[in-house]
Amino acid sequence: MEHIELNYPAKRKVSKKAHTGVVGSGDLEVLLEPAPDNIAKVSIRTSVDGFSKAWKAVLDRFFSKYDGAVRIQINDAGATPGNVQLRLAQAVEVSEQ
Amino acid sequence: MSDQRLGANFINRQSFIELDARERATALFDAGTSRELVGPFDRVESPWLEMQGVTPQEDDGCVVMKGKIAGKAAVVIALEGAFQGGSLGEVSGEKMTAAIDLACADNEKGIPTSAVILVETGGVRLQEANLGLAATAELMASMLALRKHAPVICLTAGTVGAFGGMALAVGLASYIAMTREARLGMNGPEVIEQENGLDEFDSSDHALIWAIDGGEQRYATGLVDALVDDDTPQVVKVIRRFVSKGVPPVHRSSEVALYRSRIEALDASRQWDPKELRALWTTNQVEEEKR
Repeated sequence: MEHIELNYPAKRKVSKKAHTGVVGSGDLEVLLEPAPDNIAKVSIRTSVDGFSKAWKAVLDRFFSKYDGAVRIQINDAGATPGNVQLRLAQAVEVSEQ
Repeated sequence: MSDQRLGANFINRQSFIELDARERATALFDAGTSRELVGPFDRVESPWLEMQGVTPQEDDGCVVMKGKIAGKAAVVIALEGAFQGGSLGEVSGEKMTAAIDLACADNEKGIPTSAVILVETGGVRLQEANLGLAATAELMASMLALRKHAPVICLTAGTVGAFGGMALAVGLASYIAMTREARLGMNGPEVIEQENGLDEFDSSDHALIWAIDGGEQRYATGLVDALVDDDTPQVVKVIRRFVSKGVPPVHRSSEVALYRSRIEALDASRQWDPKELRALWTTNQVEEEKR
């Protein structure tokens, strides 16, 4: 079990929560909530150790386009980077519906 | 699979099996009446999984929703088969039991409230062994209390099915519905093969597994009340029908004499074919329909 914490600057308020995914093999759960300050905080919990560089790369890319002030919690059961990107995009879509 | 099942409707079907637990629960309620209780953002997760190297899920794989079905108050409990095989842990078990107990309390206060349990589970979660077993026993006690007041409906849609202690809980339901894709049985095929050998049960033989545990066989031998296609509107229709029917005059699990006589009449010295069993027990089908 590995815990990874990442922070990113944010510009925009987000009004709605979003929950996507399941902690099933090769999948992950994303909880996205509005944050009060101008910072986005990501907490990752994964059952697969040793991939913190890959996680940072995926989240860096995500936050190069997304500027919402949010708390994101990720509960991961061995999802691929592509799957992580899709779940994050889905969470953003739900929160902005 | 009959030709009828492969007709034009097959393409237009809205699969229920493909929905996750939250979507399944939402689909059963009258539109706009449902709300989730102790949802993922309440973060009531299993305290035992992380220390065993398993990532917890924020709802512990159990979704509880309250709302109206066919205009009547109802609670829906949906197990998420994709998280730890829908297994019952301390938290998910307590969520189920508390939901059933609250429904029971509402009935006692004069608000008729039925319960629907969407069962996708291999049974007790091995990482929380004793707590999961205790949860199953508590759930069964609560179901027995509630079913006196209002129907407790179990639906197993698949593809996980209902196994272990939870299969026994399903047996206590007022009404049981299954799809052809679902399976219902106490011991899973692999457990039987592991304990009694390949001759007893070949767990790689899918046709055999479905011929014994599958929804079609369970319905044909009178152990479930409805066989429903994997189509959301049809599933909703069946659930609404059972909610409207109210408490059955006799619960299946109370028919001890009937099932004991079935077992006693069976010659256990030879291997029975699932089809023979249907022919033997189908005589009771008319009685089952009347329930």
